Amino acid sequence: MKSRHHVRTAGARAVRKGLVGTMLLGLLLPLLLLVGGSSASAATLCLPKPDETGCISGTVGSRSDPVAGVDVILRDAQGADVETVTTEEDGKFSFTVTEAGDYFVVLDDETLPDGLEQQPPRAAIAGPDGSVKVTAKLGSAVSPIVEVRDQDYDAGGESFSDQIAQSVVNGLRLGLLLALASLGLSLIYGTTGLSNFSHAELVTLGGMVAYGLVNLAGMNLWLGIVATTILCAGVGYVQDRLLWQPLRRRGLGLTQLMIVTIGLALAAQYAYQYFVGASLQKVVVRDFGTTSFGPVTLTNLSFLAMGVAIVAIALVGFVLVKTRIGQATRAVSDNPALAAASGIDVDKIIRLVWTAAAGLAGLAGVLYALVISNGIRWDTGMQILLLLFAAVTLGGLGTAFGAFVGSIIIGLVVELAGPLGAPGDLKYAVALAILIVLLLVRPQGILGRAERVG
Amino acid sequence: MDTILEILSAVIREAISPGTAAVAIAVIGLNLHFGYTGLLNFGQSGFMLLGAYGFAISLVHDIPLPLAVLIGLGLAFVFALVLGIPTLQLRGDYLAIVTISAAEIIRFVGRLSTLKDLTGGAQGIQGRTYQPAFVDLSFFGDGAWTLAPFNYTDVAGGAGWVRALGGLVFVVCVVATVIVGRRLKRAADPTRTAPRTGLDGTLGKVLAAVLVLVGLYALFFAMPVTYGRSGVNGWWVRAVAWTLVALSTLVVYLLVRSPWGRLLRGVREDEDAMRSLGRNVFAVKMQSLVIGGLFGALGGMVYVLASTVQPDALGRQITFFSYTALLLGGAATILGPVLGTVLFFSARILIRESARAWVPDSIMSTQQTEQFSFVVVGVALVLLVIFRPQGILGNKRELRFNV
Repeated sequence: MKSRHHVRTAGARAVRKGLVGTMLLGLLLPLLLLVGGSSASAATLCLPKPDETGCISGTVGSRSDPVAGVDVILRDAQGADVETVTTEEDGKFSFTVTEAGDYFVVLDDETLPDGLEQQPPRAAIAGPDGSVKVTAKLGSAVSPIVEVRDQDYDAGGESFSDQIAQSVVNGLRLGLLLALASLGLSLIYGTTGLSNFSHAELVTLGGMVAYGLVNLAGMNLWLGIVATTILCAGVGYVQDRLLWQPLRRRGLGLTQLMIVTIGLALAAQYAYQYFVGASLQKVVVRDFGTTSFGPVTLTNLSFLAMGVAIVAIALVGFVLVKTRIGQATRAVSDNPALAAASGIDVDKIIRLVWTAAAGLAGLAGVLYALVISNGIRWDTGMQILLLLFAAVTLGGLGTAFGAFVGSIIIGLVVELAGPLGAPGDLKYAVALAILIVLLLVRPQGILGRAERVG
Repeated sequence: MDTILEILSAVIREAISPGTAAVAIAVIGLNLHFGYTGLLNFGQSGFMLLGAYGFAISLVHDIPLPLAVLIGLGLAFVFALVLGIPTLQLRGDYLAIVTISAAEIIRFVGRLSTLKDLTGGAQGIQGRTYQPAFVDLSFFGDGAWTLAPFNYTDVAGGAGWVRALGGLVFVVCVVATVIVGRRLKRAADPTRTAPRTGLDGTLGKVLAAVLVLVGLYALFFAMPVTYGRSGVNGWWVRAVAWTLVALSTLVVYLLVRSPWGRLLRGVREDEDAMRSLGRNVFAVKMQSLVIGGLFGALGGMVYVLASTVQPDALGRQITFFSYTALLLGGAATILGPVLGTVLFFSARILIRESARAWVPDSIMSTQQTEQFSFVVVGVALVLLVIFRPQGILGNKRELRFNV
């Protein structure tokens, strides 16, 4: 979207403190040349004097792409024209005022090159008739933000239906990646009854490991993704071996276990910060380009990520439905005691679930860092934890296919919230609100079975 | 030696800070939810944030202070009702997920740039825009004041040994309190038939109270702290905050001793049994959620008295810290929340400052000491839940700990 229009910023970054002083010497010469010049309307340089004059100056266009020969009109607080200057070759204009107060700066449309128009200023600095409000002070220079843009630029950039199409595809992408992570969360809940609050840290771990392998160690991306998944699966195995299995043997209650996962999540988040730092780290630096289908534009990496996610999810589905291990897993989910009685090694199944869940979460982490958050940070996982819980609960706690459906719904809701009118910052909140409403209507989730509780 | 004193001074300042008191109040509320009723409320930060917003925004709009407090409490009241109606009939973990989500929604809404005029967006509300209404109420006068006014500097010209003696008295008092406390607990244990100690219940309680007071005085005698009497970060705020902590503790003490308190425990232990006795379990849970939430809102208001209203400062993290503090002190105990909160914040500062002082920068930078302290907090929470789920003061038998 960004590439279709063209915004030139003027003056925004122009006059910094001290800059005026250092530029003084270099400017004196052209100033001298201008003296005696006939053009009263040409921009003359302005040097503010304490208690006498103030300056309003800026650039039309950008420094690399200035717009010359444009009439810039200065109006006073009552809206009367005070002065008009024409921009120089470098796009610069400058007014000298002798009274402090509010002024309005506007470009003369007639003199703008064809195809360009002044961009309406943002609300905080907007004056009448598309002018830019600026408050001048004596003894200092201020710089109004005057921007120009292509005339055919329209605010939305694309039609509403195109936006919806793009959002739906983005939502599917987010949903698939959420599904990867929430499948594991749901399987763990199903087999052990544990709400794993540290699941998001496994997602972050995936991104972090990939950052280490691909970006720092220079491993091939494909190899990196596979290696990360295996490493994270290993972490899941070790976690169960060293922590969860002994705790199960100890007979710790589920609430206790849940608080253990919170402690673990806290420790992991700060450990990431400790070792990697608090800033966003990119997994790949290379740009893989984008592809468009009609109104929908996605990066090539996104297609890849969606493909990988679909394959992985299909694989998990196949294992769950068709294989003996999958049957055993579902049996443990249904009734661990009965499963154990019919000869299933419950501990082994749970170990397997932890391993697979951590591997899937790690894979989700790499893909998420690649295509959605554009890098990995200590709180990347934490930010989607509640979306994962919402997805799992929405689909029905403990049902793997419910988690998949729930994830897709949550992904679509999050991405569609913006175009459908929710303020940008609220898109996560909308997903959580839907969760709460659903619990009112259908507490067992979309695919869950109704079950009397209490 | 100086380094140690500096670290201890930082720890004591953190322990008595208004922020610690604020979290203690919120933890007292959480104790009612989690400790006594068995509700898994993971949205205590949402109650705090709502209280803080209601309070601060009202004050910014020149609403009188008592009314502002009521507005903050009212918001939390409504929030508790809205949360409770869909979830209190469901299993415990649903409540956990819904409360944490709802708290996040409040934070997201608070951060909205479209509400900038009201909530200040992500930047929050500056303290100076609402604090004067409270700070001006101070009748403490001006200037600085030291706790304790009579301290080691007044004896033998502030010699080192006087200070060390004060510290020693403090340590002795702590040890003695622990011993007396254990005996009291053993004597109160109904499963033991004959009391094996000579300590009568009342006498023991008085002795414990005296030991605590003497110990505290000895602490401030050896490590006096000085703040302005009034002002934004002075004794006035601290006095009000800790008075509120004491009042909240008293209220919860009276509540849980009442027949209603027994109802709470009954719901925690066996909902079905309560139902079969004809009790309205939903109503009891709702009352607990509302009352604990009001404490949360009060904590939120105290929290912003000495800082700013910043939505991200009152996020999930605060809820998790509250749980750590509660479990450290002991859930379902009267003094556990306060003890746990003070120890939690003091211990974190102790870890951080010690790491700053003694671990070289090449191994751990200043930034990393902060993160290190939080890693330790997380690991401590894990170990605590596994090895001593009843915390310092708790009774393992009372706390079955399953919802």
